[in-house]
Amino acid sequence: MAPILEINNLYKNYGSVEILKDINVAIEQGDFLVLVGPSGCGKSTLLNCIAGLEPITSGKMAIGGQDMTNVSPKDRDIAMVFQSYALYPTMTVAKNITFGMKVRGVDPATQAEKLAYVAQQLQIEPLLKRKPGQLSGGQRQRVAMGRALVRDPKLFLFDEPLSNLDAKLRVEMRTEIKALHQRLGASMVYVTHDQIEAMTLATKIVVMKGGVIQQIGTPSEIYSRPANLFVADFMGSPAMNLIPAKTKASGDGVQVEIARNDGKPIVLKDSRNMNLPENVILGVRPEDIVDSALGRAGDTQEAECVIDIVEPAGADTFAVMQLGGKHVTARLHAETTAAAGVAQRLAFDLGKVSYFEPDTGLRLN
Amino acid sequence: MTDMSYAPETSRSNTGKIALRWGLYLMLGLFALFYLMPLFVMITTSFKSLEEIRTGDLISLPREVTFDAWRTAWSQACTGIQCEGVRPFFWNSVLIAIPAVFISTLVGALNGYVVAQWRFRGANLFFALMLFGCFIPFQVVLLPMARMLGLMGLAGTIPGLIYVHVIYGLGFTTLFFRNYYVSIPSELTKAAKVDGAGFFRIFWSIFLPLSLPIIVVTIIWQFTQIWNDFLFGVSFSQAGTQPVTVALNNIVNSTTGVKAYNVDMAAAIIAALPTLFVYVVAGKYFVRGLTAGSVKG
Amino acid sequence: MTKWLEENTPKLVLAPSFVIVLIFVYGFIAWTAWVSLTRSRLLPRYEIDGFIQYSRLFESPRWDTAFSNLFVFGFLFIVIAMILGLTLSILLDQNIRTEGAIRTIYLYPMALSMIVTGTAWKWILNPGLGLEATVRGWGFENFTFDWLVNPDMAIYTIVVAAIWQSSGFVMALFLAGLRSVDQEIIKAAQVDGIPTWRVYTAIIIPSMAPIFLSAFIVLSHLAIKSFDLVIALTGGGPGYATDLPATYMYAMAFSRGDIGQAASSAMVMMMVVFTIVVPYLYSELRSKND
Repeated sequence: MAPILEINNLYKNYGSVEILKDINVAIEQGDFLVLVGPSGCGKSTLLNCIAGLEPITSGKMAIGGQDMTNVSPKDRDIAMVFQSYALYPTMTVAKNITFGMKVRGVDPATQAEKLAYVAQQLQIEPLLKRKPGQLSGGQRQRVAMGRALVRDPKLFLFDEPLSNLDAKLRVEMRTEIKALHQRLGASMVYVTHDQIEAMTLATKIVVMKGGVIQQIGTPSEIYSRPANLFVADFMGSPAMNLIPAKTKASGDGVQVEIARNDGKPIVLKDSRNMNLPENVILGVRPEDIVDSALGRAGDTQEAECVIDIVEPAGADTFAVMQLGGKHVTARLHAETTAAAGVAQRLAFDLGKVSYFEPDTGLRLN
Repeated sequence: MTDMSYAPETSRSNTGKIALRWGLYLMLGLFALFYLMPLFVMITTSFKSLEEIRTGDLISLPREVTFDAWRTAWSQACTGIQCEGVRPFFWNSVLIAIPAVFISTLVGALNGYVVAQWRFRGANLFFALMLFGCFIPFQVVLLPMARMLGLMGLAGTIPGLIYVHVIYGLGFTTLFFRNYYVSIPSELTKAAKVDGAGFFRIFWSIFLPLSLPIIVVTIIWQFTQIWNDFLFGVSFSQAGTQPVTVALNNIVNSTTGVKAYNVDMAAAIIAALPTLFVYVVAGKYFVRGLTAGSVKG
Repeated sequence: MTKWLEENTPKLVLAPSFVIVLIFVYGFIAWTAWVSLTRSRLLPRYEIDGFIQYSRLFESPRWDTAFSNLFVFGFLFIVIAMILGLTLSILLDQNIRTEGAIRTIYLYPMALSMIVTGTAWKWILNPGLGLEATVRGWGFENFTFDWLVNPDMAIYTIVVAAIWQSSGFVMALFLAGLRSVDQEIIKAAQVDGIPTWRVYTAIIIPSMAPIFLSAFIVLSHLAIKSFDLVIALTGGGPGYATDLPATYMYAMAFSRGDIGQAASSAMVMMMVVFTIVVPYLYSELRSKND
């Protein structure tokens, strides 16, 4: 079966400015694709191009196996949820949801039937007679979803739909969107700048920067094997520690040396057999630096480090120290004995670290 | 509101404050008198007889209220050779203003909708050209317009005046609607496009229902401009098609016979009534229109 | 075809207005500019003959009066209307209970036609029966107020009537500006113990610079276009003591049958407007496009 969405060599320019460069993405029926990146990376423009709301400069795009490159939005069999929800302010909730069907000339009986079904699915029946101005943020969000759901399209598009909600509601709606996706088995493309949303919702993530795709992969691939320094830094919170280090071959594996302010470097050994240049950036997730006392499975190496700051965060305690001239965060147990200004023995999980080329930023292992 | 009531309250500064307050109201009252005085004089003069005007003073109330001047102004006063009062000219103004307001508002709404929501290469240039058009002194188009109206067979006719008012009103109506529609998120248009609606459908079902406030502002602005116009009226009309402002000026400046100030004033009030009425009923929108053109939109 | 129509509807909708503006604004300006360079008299002629009309214009004593009147009138009108408008707006900004009513009173003249304003003031300033006669009637036998018929003073009657008509509008502009100043800044100033008048002079008024600019643009535009008021109040007289470029142009075009002079005076008016308005609009449009 053809991919539900296939984009080949897409370019988008505004005048002489290149907004999107050589975009290639394909997703299968039922995929949940998240486009993530900092603001201005082109992710929303790409979504608008998929919707047909922005013309593309060159390249091809197909939805459900049909070429859609020059097809207008209404004929692409898509539905879209916008950041501002874009509810029609003068229409009631019911009219908002049925407007598309009315424009398309769907008969009133079908309209009513579909409206009732969607309203029940989203539990917005009591709101149907109200105007958008009388709804709370969360309710508006649901109505916007309802307007998309009622279309039953080949592809759902979401443009940062949760960014206008408060933190608590955002988490609730996130769960609800995920449940909806699982229930409908629909294909979705979702834009966000929030890497946690990306991780939790996606079956496939596209990380973008400056109009260029940095990496495409499943959430776990993106998280554990970031393709470059940008992805490593952008995905995950607290961010991956990126520490300048020196390496040299040592027996079967690699010896990694990290400078320290007090002069005595930390020397760790990665037992994986790799060919690395002398200078690298070592990428370690905070959760891969733990209390040595608690120990854990895997290829761990221990070292004594002086802790500068201790930040208890409930379930975990974060400890910040200076390594290789950078602040390095370790994710310690809530009941850790670590204290500011005191040396603590920490375990580094070398089996999970990433290595990057310092100049190009590309992944080495 | 700049609330300055924070100042620490001691009894001495309190009396000072009260005195200041009285002074403030006194000043405001005096200014109010300055603005009201001409209107007051107009109204009282229009109800006086010529006899009383000659002997009495400007700001006294009429000793004997008479409606003669009003009757004369409405249907008998001479505007040049005709002596039918301002009545026919009042209706001319109505016939000019209503279609001109309607057409320029509708076209301005469509233009504003395109410029604000359907941006395309050149739309900004169009808007800039329109905007500059708002500011030209109309003297610069007076001569060619007179010839053009002649060529089109519209010289001296009411349709000709409607046409002129529509053309030179478009700049402002476009500006008003553009500035209003620019504040409506473009996502609304996008959502409607995805829903399958086209250009006119989106305008009709989504933008027009949202536009009531700006429609009122534009209608009031255009009506006031067109009703109060004198330059186009005096340049492009002839004996039977003059608007009320031109007729009023002719009555006031006609040199024949005794100067009937009471009739002049009654005619002036009649000419001012429609716009004054609009101002009193919808002052809020009137002010918004005045400021909309000049405050950054 | 439908696809083409769908994509080009917005352009098609704009097209008639575009053509109209191009012809009736820019084309007409070009026509006037062209004619101003010819020897046109009663009928337009199209052979360009240099700046002869402009030299005639600036040699004409009547134009000389009209042009200097524009600067006297414009300067006084703009400065006084601004000061008055600012004063009124600050007075009204002091939590006045009857603000709505007072504002309505100050602003209503703006709804009137200049012809109506001119007619009213002509009556009030009429030396025979108006203000002068009234004050004399109160016992001040020697009181004279004959500006309207005094060639040296008549231009000031136009200033007074124009200010009466437009200062309320300036007040409304400034009041909107005063209300849009960030209240937190004002609160901060009050907490710092800065006296009220200093808050106005040091914080509020400087932050309203764009409003001053807007008011200036609108008022200067009104001043240059002033035509109806002069016609109704003085008819350009006594003699042509109160002629303004607008009335000069009209007289040349429609009573003296001198199209060349009419066109060249209109062009001078437009240049005056453009030297004021173009930089303003240019900066406005630029800042909007970014």
